Amino acid sequence: MSKFVYLIPLFPFLGFLLIAFGRKELPRVFSSVIGCGSILVSFILSLVIFFEVRQEEFQTEVVQLFSFIHFDKVNIPFAFQVDQLSSLFLLIITGVGFLIHVYSTAYMQEEKPEHYGRYFSYLNLFIFFMLMLVLGSNYVIMFIGWEGVGLCSYLLIGYWFKNDEYNNAARKAFIMNRIGDLGFLIAVFWMIAEFGSTSFAEVFAKASTGTTVTIITLLLFVGATGKSAQIPLYTWLPDAMAGPTPVSALIHAATMVTAGIYMIARSNVLYSLAPISQNVVAIVGLTTAILAAFIALKQNDIKKVLAYSTVSQLGYMFLGLGVGAYVGSVFHVMTHAFFKALLFLAAGSVIHALHHEQDIRRMGGLKKFLPITHITFFLGCLAIAGIPPFSGFFSKDEILIAAYAHNPVLYWIGLGGALLTAFYMFRLYTLTFLGNYRGGHGDHQHVAGGGHQIHESPSAMTIPLVVLAILSVIGGFVGLPEIFNDKLGTSHYLQHFLAPVISEAHEGPHVAANTEYILLGVSVAAIIASCVFAANAFKSYKYSDEKPTGLAKIFANKFYVDEFYDAVIVRPLKAFAQFLNDSVERLAIDGLVNGIGKAVQYGSRQLRWLQSGQVAAYVLLMVISIIIFFFVQFFIKH
Amino acid sequence: MPINYYILLSLTLFCIGIVGVLTRRNAIIIFMCIELMLNAVNLLLVAFSKMHHLQHAQLNPAAGIDGQLFVFFIMVVAAAEVSVGLAIIVMLYRNVHSVEVNFLNRLKH
Repeated sequence: MSKFVYLIPLFPFLGFLLIAFGRKELPRVFSSVIGCGSILVSFILSLVIFFEVRQEEFQTEVVQLFSFIHFDKVNIPFAFQVDQLSSLFLLIITGVGFLIHVYSTAYMQEEKPEHYGRYFSYLNLFIFFMLMLVLGSNYVIMFIGWEGVGLCSYLLIGYWFKNDEYNNAARKAFIMNRIGDLGFLIAVFWMIAEFGSTSFAEVFAKASTGTTVTIITLLLFVGATGKSAQIPLYTWLPDAMAGPTPVSALIHAATMVTAGIYMIARSNVLYSLAPISQNVVAIVGLTTAILAAFIALKQNDIKKVLAYSTVSQLGYMFLGLGVGAYVGSVFHVMTHAFFKALLFLAAGSVIHALHHEQDIRRMGGLKKFLPITHITFFLGCLAIAGIPPFSGFFSKDEILIAAYAHNPVLYWIGLGGALLTAFYMFRLYTLTFLGNYRGGHGDHQHVAGGGHQIHESPSAMTIPLVVLAILSVIGGFVGLPEIFNDKLGTSHYLQHFLAPVISEAHEGPHVAANTEYILLGVSVAAIIASCVFAANAFKSYKYSDEKPTGLAKIFANKFYVDEFYDAVIVRPLKAFAQFLNDSVERLAIDGLVNGIGKAVQYGSRQLRWLQSGQVAAYVLLMVISIIIFFFVQFFIKH
Repeated sequence: MPINYYILLSLTLFCIGIVGVLTRRNAIIIFMCIELMLNAVNLLLVAFSKMHHLQHAQLNPAAGIDGQLFVFFIMVVAAAEVSVGLAIIVMLYRNVHSVEVNFLNRLKH
């Protein structure tokens, strides 16, 4: 069956084509059935492949479709690689993707049929490119998917294209992605120059410790910072909340932003050979995690809090990769996909119910109006905070314990970030669902926006929420840490599963069992305390729109990073472009082209005299030519 | 008389004729100048014919006769050309009531 792995990306691509061409004439049902159906078929095929890969004797299989680039000794085939890592990601992408497609059928219902179709065609195209990214058997095919998901992100963020601000956000996302992609490309070129190939098998076999591998891994990481929103290329992700909420859930929580993690996990052989790069990855990841957590503390838009939370959790994943816990990071990718998609979709449900109100200061008391949304959101919060036995606890702690083994300072700072995470998530939960409803006017206390009663979302939206909530609750049990395994006789299933791709030799040093118990206990206790503290602090919040001051002001204004980029990078670039426009474009290029035109006109004006119609001029010409003939005849010797 | 005088005279007449053709506006004057050019050539032919005759008269009494014969041809051609040309000018005058040569620039299009 793994020979037919190309069918998995094929169906979403066909879905994209069908919907794109049929959306003007055909009704919404057509777009939603084809859109969701194609992903469902891909999911079923991914399941089949997963079960095949699960068997003990499975060998990594590379399925070549055709020879893509071939010159000299360099051969880059268009081939897909089926192994444990890619099959796991296939499941995550198609599974969560399918749930989000189903959710979108209800969320986007207000759109006109042709725009509704446009949405689903973009979504299908995105899934196609993401699948190509994780299935590629060499860095070039991965890069095709890498670029493609950046494109689809741009298309979907700017989905409501009539709004200028949204278009700016989409452009910002695409441009920042491209800056990272430059690093990725240079790394690929270096690889070709050094190893003569970009295929995973060959590069990993030929790599050895040295400056080349360090440089290549650092450049690949630059690409990852762009795609996965790390410092310094993270500012596009909060702005990307301009897109529809299911888009935020799929692209900016579950899949596209995890492409960087996938890439580094795939290249774990290279990174293990370059400890300098690993340190860079860990430090950048940790810094981003803390920075984003601080900013999230003071945000008032429900989606922005979740956006900064995503940046922060991605920072944790990079921290895990940097300390050698590749399996832990992949595990966190999986659990994060579940609970972050859940949180975003639940937020979308809230926004939908309140008729596009997104300010949490105007929410509150939604517990009684949106029961299913409330419970699923609460479960998501428990998962992201890292409270056992929910999934987030297992994955986050695996990363933190590995960080401790590498350097205890990383652990303590990481734990601080986890406490902040718990705090701002429960602040969000409390302000949204507990207390009294602060929206609407005066005594219409349960009437939102345009005067409609607040009611729970339709089942197309709540069923995916429930499924994701169940996954967020039980998803952690595939990765039980050692200390439990010894007692319960179970095993870290995920580590065992991924062993052929991420070998144990590349994992970091281990921590003694007793230390691990203490650390786990401390972290769980601190996190629970943080949650309770946050809930208490905000449960009787009254609306006020006073502007924050001091440190809070810095957090609320996102550390002024956007303003800094604007002043240091955007304005000089624009000024430079203006200068080039005036001098080079106007003077040189226009001058040259217009000058040629003028020269032709001048020449033609002179030549026009030849045909003046004056007889005398013609006679003059005759005389002159006769004189010339005489000269030629008599004075030029043969 | 030395042949140089005749050559110089003929050359002068020819150049006057050319300048006249190039500069004059009246079509009839232009014709006159063309006649002047033709006659200059005639003069040259006759002069050279006489020169040859004087040089070779003892050997051949009919030396230099070709030149004078050719002059007749040129005169016939000139006459024919003048008659046709004047006919054209008359027709032209009947249409535009002017014999100015600059007036005729229809060939421009």
